[in-house]
Amino acid sequence: MNQWDNFKKGFLKENPVFVLLLGLCPTLGVTTSALNGLAMGLATAFVLVMSNSVISLIKNLIPSKVRIPSFIVVIASFVTIVDLVMAGYAPALHAKLGLFIPLIVVNCIVLGRAEGFASKNNLLSSLIDGASMGLGFAFALTILGGIRELLGGGAFFGHKFITGDGILIFVLAPGAFIVLGYLIAIVNIINKSKAKAHCSTD
Amino acid sequence: MANKESTFINMVATLFIVTFISSAAVGYVYEATKEPIAQARLEKKTIAIRAVVPDFDNKPIDETYTINSNVGPLSCYPAKQGGQLVGTAIEAITNKGFGGTVKLMVGLLPNGVIKDIAVLEHKETPGLGDKMDKSKSDFSIQFNGKDPSKMKLTVSKDGGDINAITAATISSRAFCDAVQTAYTSYMKEGKQ
Repeated sequence: MNQWDNFKKGFLKENPVFVLLLGLCPTLGVTTSALNGLAMGLATAFVLVMSNSVISLIKNLIPSKVRIPSFIVVIASFVTIVDLVMAGYAPALHAKLGLFIPLIVVNCIVLGRAEGFASKNNLLSSLIDGASMGLGFAFALTILGGIRELLGGGAFFGHKFITGDGILIFVLAPGAFIVLGYLIAIVNIINKSKAKAHCSTD
Repeated sequence: MANKESTFINMVATLFIVTFISSAAVGYVYEATKEPIAQARLEKKTIAIRAVVPDFDNKPIDETYTINSNVGPLSCYPAKQGGQLVGTAIEAITNKGFGGTVKLMVGLLPNGVIKDIAVLEHKETPGLGDKMDKSKSDFSIQFNGKDPSKMKLTVSKDGGDINAITAATISSRAFCDAVQTAYTSYMKEGKQ
């Protein structure tokens, strides 16, 4: 697999939210607006890139029986660092996402990539894999948040288009499930038609 | 892949080194961000105080005192202009909100009239209860300039003088409750 394919896969083919369905707790919880989704996505992306890189560097030094606790410690450290830096330099954002930042530790994507990819590949591949998965996650959360904000509040990234309220249910929890369901369906259609095109050219 | 063998010594040593380096890194970042975090908290509080009391030239946070109320001690921030008390910002709290705790900053003039109210913290439903925030609706503005001793600080459904947020009566009640608590406690023992 060349590195460009490695990078591309996180957006559609192996998107953590739309295809792998990992990390749905923050996905459904924070995406009440596009900005929240983007910020949460970027925070996760940072943790993914850093933890993937560190783990691919130390993978040979860690006895396999204690690899999971070691990975968790590495991941938790980076999450705490993000949490503290955000609280210090972006307090408004931290107030909104505060509850979900510590939850990045238990986000399946991060540990999944550490165990499934970074512990078997070299530094460069792992770094690109982390960036790909992280940005794919941010991409999915931004779209989800954007659609919910647009339908639920008539706004996009905080810019209001209409006066008054939108369709309230989209900002509430059920709206997250409805929008996510449709998005997964759309991504499935795209991925299937791509696979078909691939087959016919072969 | 030449993994290290999983002997007892290896495992203990690895875990020790990993946790040691991690805690050192986290400790360093904690020290480095301590100052900005405290600064950000202070900033947030100062902005909230500035929003709810008339112009002042002292530092209300340095003159903080607490008053007792039926929900525990409340912090008061006296705002003074030229040494003269022009208003007091009270950090009001209630746990009767739809999503739990609601924290307000209530600004009272020395005679007890409400100057302005800012929402510090809440977990109310987005689109419904969060309209208590001034940026989302005019609900909180109806309190401004009112004297709580001359009106009933409850929603009209309960026979009071406050127009509740549509479809968010519980949030509106919590808001009134916090303001009432702050006012009562301040009148009872708050004046300094």
